[in-house]
Amino acid sequence: MSQIIEGPRRTNVWGKDIEPDYLEPRTRAKGLRSGGHAISVRGLEKSFGDVRVLRGIDLEIPAGQFLAVVGKSGCGKSTLLRLLTGLDEPTAGEFAFSDAGGKPVPPNSRIVFQEPRLLPWEHVLDNVTVGLGRGVKSGAVREQARAALAEVQLTEKADEWPGRLSGGQRQRVALARALVSQPDFLALDEPLGALDALTRITMQALVDRVWREQGFTALFVTHDVGEAVALADRVIVLDQGKIALDITVAVSRPRERGTAEAAGIERRLLAAIFGS
Amino acid sequence: MSLATDIGKTAIPAVRFPSRLKLRRPKLDAVAPFLVPVGLIVLWQIASSLGLIGNRLMPAPSQVLSAGWEKLISGELAANIGVSGLRAISGLLVGGSISFLLGLANGLSRTSFTLTDTTLQMIRTVPNLALIPLVILWFGIGEEAKLFLTSLGVFFPIYLNTLHGVRTVDPQLVEMGQVYGMRGWTLFRRVILPSALPSIFVGLRFALGIMWLTLIVAETLSANSGIGHMAMEAREFMLTDVVVLALVIYALLGKLADIAVRLLERATLSWHPAFQAVTRS
Repeated sequence: MSQIIEGPRRTNVWGKDIEPDYLEPRTRAKGLRSGGHAISVRGLEKSFGDVRVLRGIDLEIPAGQFLAVVGKSGCGKSTLLRLLTGLDEPTAGEFAFSDAGGKPVPPNSRIVFQEPRLLPWEHVLDNVTVGLGRGVKSGAVREQARAALAEVQLTEKADEWPGRLSGGQRQRVALARALVSQPDFLALDEPLGALDALTRITMQALVDRVWREQGFTALFVTHDVGEAVALADRVIVLDQGKIALDITVAVSRPRERGTAEAAGIERRLLAAIFGS
Repeated sequence: MSLATDIGKTAIPAVRFPSRLKLRRPKLDAVAPFLVPVGLIVLWQIASSLGLIGNRLMPAPSQVLSAGWEKLISGELAANIGVSGLRAISGLLVGGSISFLLGLANGLSRTSFTLTDTTLQMIRTVPNLALIPLVILWFGIGEEAKLFLTSLGVFFPIYLNTLHGVRTVDPQLVEMGQVYGMRGWTLFRRVILPSALPSIFVGLRFALGIMWLTLIVAETLSANSGIGHMAMEAREFMLTDVVVLALVIYALLGKLADIAVRLLERATLSWHPAFQAVTRS
């Protein structure tokens, strides 16, 4: 199953780049990280005019948890993500970050959007340095950016223009940009939604691997129930601005696809989403 | 796109045309654009020599050439080109920088846009050459008149295209920049300006065309030096060869300005898909 792990870039017979496999972590969790931030959400509400998008969300996310949020379009899942990352202000309610020991900390979060949102006029490596803030291009900054690119196996594309990469590669650069500052909380807003089905599978394995290596708390918003079950420790279903279901996915990692256990969880989630 | 280019990178060389053909192609591409103008000049010369075109009204290319040589030796040509060039560049710098800054300001700030855009759009509808009588009354035929007219001429293409470029910046990229802590100058330098640049260059090209047009008219009507003046003086003495020489010089200067913008574009827009084919091949 894991015949090709190293050899960062693979090409098909036409010489076209294809997504490498990410079946095993290249480096097992190093224990460098303290394990991300815990997030405590109380009575979070958000209205746009008369429309109440979120109607009181209470949620405890333990440090280092991989939480997936699923639900129909307009259920408020992206709004929740935008609130927790500070992109929007809540109408009511509050949330707080604390470290693994329970001490309150300032947020240290990053976002991966559905679109890669790379700067087309900067080389791949410079795009990754954006993640370190303060456009300083000292040697250390570039060194870290190179390391982040290596993490997503795109070292050899460092000096390419983003326009010359495939969709999957661009999203990997976006992931490297988010990871380079070693965030304690990573929010992913349907990051694989625009990719083709096969690229998605390899990208899911990549997300799973970097999460296990870096140990951040992950909030993964998706409309794909199967994807949520494949990646998350815990899945919540949002329906009309409230949490309709909150279940733990106690499947050991690395996970196999298409098991009966996963199918059972998916069925429960779908039932909650469609309210039957 | 990446599929096509990646295939082009690797698969094509095996089935490429024979190297003889491949080598000849770039040379042909460089020469081909000049085949038509050179051919026309040759035909014109032949027709003049055979007496098909009257020399009094339309001189032969050889006459234009010799007139050019004479003026070059006397230093008159260089002086006039210098004067015209200086006028063009100073007009571009003055009008261009003001309009560029106003375009940026109005693209970035709602207040600035509300206060100034309507006024500018009203001024824009007045052809700048219609101001010539007034300008002559104000400034006489001094340098100020030419500077004023060329500045006004280049103003609107640059203003409109800069404004458009800044306003059409992808809001998703701006949001991304803000999420990653970019503010003020950094956001402008890394996101907004590069995004507006292709549009600004379009404005610059239009501006260069209008710059020469305005300058020619201004110099023909009221000047005591410059290419336009040289042409008008020659008309009085029926020196058609000098008149045509002036036209040729204008054409060359226009082409030169265009090449300069192209080089600038190539240097700053190498990321843009439209410019990648050029840089790679």
